[in-house]
Amino acid sequence: MSIANYLYLSAILFTIGAIGVVVRRNAIVVFMCIELMLNAANLAFVTFARINGNLEGQVVAFFTMVVAACEVVVGLAIIVTIYRSRRSASVDDASLLKR
Amino acid sequence: MLQTSANLVWFIALPLFSSALLLLAGKKANSWGHVLATTVSASTFTIGIIEFLAMQARPEENRAVGQKLFTWISVGAFNVDASLLLDQLSICFVLLITGVGTLIHIYSISYMSHDLDRRRFFAYLNLFIAAMLLLVLGDSYLNLYVGWEGVGLASYLLIGFWNQKPAYATAAKKAFVANRVGDVGLSLAIMIAFATFGDVSFSGIKAQAESASTTQLTAIGLMLLLAACGKSAQFPLQSWLGDAMAGPTPVSALIHAATMVTAGVYLITRSSFIFDEAPIAQIMVLVVGAVTLLFGAIIGTAKDDIKKALAASTMSQIGYMILATGLGPIGYAFAIMHLLTHGFFKASMFLGAGSVMHGMKDEVNMRKYGGIGKFMPITALTFGLGYLAIIGVPPFAGFYSKDKIIETALNAGGIKGIALGIATLLGAAITAFYMTRVVILTFFGNERWGHKDEPHESPALMLIPISLLSLGSIASGYLLYQGKSLVNWLEPVVNPLKEHHAEELFSPNAVSAMTLTVVAIGIFLAVRKYRGNQLDSAPEKVSIFTTAARKDLFQDSLNEKAFMLPGQSLIKRLLQIDLLVIDGFVRSVGAVSVGAGTKLRALQSGYVRSYALMMVVGALALIATVWIVTA
Repeated sequence: MSIANYLYLSAILFTIGAIGVVVRRNAIVVFMCIELMLNAANLAFVTFARINGNLEGQVVAFFTMVVAACEVVVGLAIIVTIYRSRRSASVDDASLLKR
Repeated sequence: MLQTSANLVWFIALPLFSSALLLLAGKKANSWGHVLATTVSASTFTIGIIEFLAMQARPEENRAVGQKLFTWISVGAFNVDASLLLDQLSICFVLLITGVGTLIHIYSISYMSHDLDRRRFFAYLNLFIAAMLLLVLGDSYLNLYVGWEGVGLASYLLIGFWNQKPAYATAAKKAFVANRVGDVGLSLAIMIAFATFGDVSFSGIKAQAESASTTQLTAIGLMLLLAACGKSAQFPLQSWLGDAMAGPTPVSALIHAATMVTAGVYLITRSSFIFDEAPIAQIMVLVVGAVTLLFGAIIGTAKDDIKKALAASTMSQIGYMILATGLGPIGYAFAIMHLLTHGFFKASMFLGAGSVMHGMKDEVNMRKYGGIGKFMPITALTFGLGYLAIIGVPPFAGFYSKDKIIETALNAGGIKGIALGIATLLGAAITAFYMTRVVILTFFGNERWGHKDEPHESPALMLIPISLLSLGSIASGYLLYQGKSLVNWLEPVVNPLKEHHAEELFSPNAVSAMTLTVVAIGIFLAVRKYRGNQLDSAPEKVSIFTTAARKDLFQDSLNEKAFMLPGQSLIKRLLQIDLLVIDGFVRSVGAVSVGAGTKLRALQSGYVRSYALMMVVGALALIATVWIVTA
């Protein structure tokens, strides 16, 4: 199996994530799509590390995971707070900045 | 090397401090403000006396003293210290300002007692004293300039003291604007002096004056003359003085008769080292003096407002002084002598006019006076003494000081001497005419005030200062003239011995005889015209000359046609340019920003998803660009 297939998979996962972010309203789903995009990027990093035969891509993947974990903590906290105050997890309802 | 005297700063600090205190303390100071101001003024007079006695005790070459207050400006080669200089010339002014000033403070306590704003009035009076003392004590043109502007401000504030009346506020503005024209002259003179000499102090310029080119000295001299014209109400900037009579009468006496308006004479005398080397400027000084002394005298003959008649007379008398300063080294001392005697007799007459107004319910029209002499005997007596002094009857003050000027003018030689002699003699005759007119219309003749209330004599607090001033108008001339005391006293400053007047065409006695003859003619004409019963309003059918004199010889109309209206239309054009071009540019920049903002605002929907879409599209566009560029 060609190693390029990993990159194709990464690109497909990223696209699915990006489309999800744009089209879905539920904040939780949007959030999961962001995770999907991050992991697609991770997959690409690891694949490139493999192709180039060094460890740098793998190291970056670990960094991404740590950052993603932090992001989940903060993001979920925000979503939960919004849900508590507005009884809705729709991102379209959270458009108060416009006014 | 100048000796230092630590006292000088108090001349300015005391009244300045008192003025600030009275203005800042507000109504709390209403009960004691006038006492403080008068005390401060009297203390400056006391310091003046002490300094004068100390100065007299010193040998002649060490009489001047100075005091450096602080380094004011220090930029490269340009160094100006804020320092004071008290020499033989300044001390004359210091004593006049503080002495007459104190008497007028005392007078004002009573005169202004019914005014709700008396405290503010006294604060301004003290401000004036401080600024005027700075003017005469500054040791450089720049220090003088600060005082010069300061007295202009005080004069403006005091002319417009009753600014609730629009006409008075306008008079204040007029005085301020006319003074600004002169002030521009002074600042230009300072700039030219700095460009020429690299120095603005009197001593520094005096040392270099003889080596400078005549052109530059003439330029400085003419600019200084312009400044003097503005401040001293000389032709062609004289029109403000008549309107300045809108201020309270003590102000007219102090600022617009005795002290501030004589600042121009001080300036020219102080700058004698420039004018002595610039003959053209000196001739212009003579012309201005001669024209103004006749101008003022002619205007004085037609005014029915007692204060305006006296103001016209002030203008004319200052014309005499300016003319004397233009006569060169020999004239300066006589100019100062006339200035001092004039300070006494004119202040006493103004205060007398104020006393009459006080007794006549603030009526100023002399046609509504008449026969006041028997109701106000002390005022009439003191006014009469001032009258005898100004027309120059011996042995009153004006006889000595004015005769000396006429004598010097007659002896100037050539056509100059004849022209100036005729001008000064004619001026003396007209002076006698209009002053006699004032006295007859006010104190003699039928009673024309048209109401039952009889005029009453003013309180003692007003009469005492008037009496002291009229003592000055009796004695000051003799004291200053006797043994050439003032001439010798001022000699180190104005250096009159540099020029030798060999032949004297007219002896002092001949001049006195001529003067007294023309004065007698003036009195005779006035008595013939104004004796007996008068109407209570001015006659309407009058000759064209009277009409002209009543309208200040059309100076106001000329100023309006030649300067005010073109100025206003220029300003209107500039305003249009400002609105269309400059404002238009600035506004269109704003309009573009606002329009662009309105358009771009549509992009901001507030929906997270649309922002995300934009980011995706943007990222794709970026990738595409990179692809295209690198491929």
